[in-house]
Amino acid sequence: MGKDQKLVAALENGSVIDHIPTDKLFTIAQLLHLEKFTEPVLIGNNLESKVMGKKGLIKISGKFFTEDEIRKLAVVCPNIRITVIKNYEVVEKREVTLPETLTDIVKCANPVCITNNEPMKTVFYVKDNNILKCRYCGKEQKLNNIKLK
Amino acid sequence: MGNRSIVSIADYDREKIQYLLDMATEFEKHPNRNLLKGKVVATLFFEPSTRTRLSFETAANRLGARVIGFTDPKVTSSSKGETLKDTIKMVSNYADVIVMRHKLEGAALYASEVTDIPIINAGDGSNLHPSQTMLDLYSIYKTQGTLDNLNIYMVGDLKYGRTVHSLLMSMGKYTPTFHFIAPKELEMPEEYKLYCKQHGVKYIEQQDFTEDTIADADILYMTRVQRERFTDLMEYERVKDAYILRADMLSKCRDNMKILHPLPRVNEIQYDVDDSKHAYYFDQAHNGLYAREALICDVLGITLDEIKNDKNFIEK
Repeated sequence: MGKDQKLVAALENGSVIDHIPTDKLFTIAQLLHLEKFTEPVLIGNNLESKVMGKKGLIKISGKFFTEDEIRKLAVVCPNIRITVIKNYEVVEKREVTLPETLTDIVKCANPVCITNNEPMKTVFYVKDNNILKCRYCGKEQKLNNIKLK
Repeated sequence: MGNRSIVSIADYDREKIQYLLDMATEFEKHPNRNLLKGKVVATLFFEPSTRTRLSFETAANRLGARVIGFTDPKVTSSSKGETLKDTIKMVSNYADVIVMRHKLEGAALYASEVTDIPIINAGDGSNLHPSQTMLDLYSIYKTQGTLDNLNIYMVGDLKYGRTVHSLLMSMGKYTPTFHFIAPKELEMPEEYKLYCKQHGVKYIEQQDFTEDTIADADILYMTRVQRERFTDLMEYERVKDAYILRADMLSKCRDNMKILHPLPRVNEIQYDVDDSKHAYYFDQAHNGLYAREALICDVLGITLDEIKNDKNFIEK
């Protein structure tokens, strides 16, 4: 059993988000609106990690992420791992990766882009080096500098 | 929704461009036809642009279509807060094709996604203006006999000039050599230089604009250096007269060289150049009519063969 898991209680049913960079932990907490959850939520930060040195971790009882939520998480933190737990057993582990197209997740940084002036979905294409290109105005932005819709 | 809209021509291959050039050539022979009799063309100018609108409306009228539309969004429901989608949906009930100009970037692509009738982008902010590019290509093709292996000199505001960016991307397929002549503050943006590198297109950057530096040009594409583009007005004062073309600068230029300008010009081409055989900017605007006749027919599914076989034209 890892040291971090001793620090936080085991889950009966729910999800664990692991390998969160320490500076992204609260961004993710905000993105998931953890303040609205009524079941137990455990948040740990600066936990020891062999791979990352230090990491953040979130355990949420009774929560199973939708694909849409996972895509959003991938945009903020491309390399996190999500573990799904049922009856204290790990039933699924998945590394989150960035999809090729992001639909209605990111806001375009260009104020004169049509997407910022019409009630419509944004679409971004993920290019090499974590660059996002707006389908509509063609402007590019860096993934680490984005605003979510 | 799939349709034949023209939002951008940057991705058109050589065959498609040639097809449209051949169409424009046919329309130059006989611009007045009845090919669009019974059709309605809507020109929706959410942002005023007299020159482009008149050219499109003339093209539609000369092909026998009828034209509806507006020239100023203040008179439409957009000013009451109607969305672009709703306006496009509404007009789609009346017209066979929509020609639209909008100040927001990506507006034409979005419009093409919400309707089944074709959209022709007549300019979306500083993003794209494919009909201008098409008439530039037609002007180059007509005056040089080819689009291949030309020396194309772009002069003036290369940073904000939408037309030079579109032309650069469309000419990339024809192994040109570009010369970018601009003040430091208005030089060609990095992304377009990168585009050239990635597509193996040669380019040379320079700041001097003299009879010697333009001697090898086949096409001299002039643009206006605008005061409001400068953050440093002292810099503007220093360079404002450095990118003005005068007739005495044409003594060493190639015989086939033509001067293009998207118009309107202010003082960047002196009036004494107008009488030169190299001046082509007014003919270029005239070519816009044929290029736009071609674009309207193409989106409505009228083929080059149909145009070639059309005997129902009206003599000039």
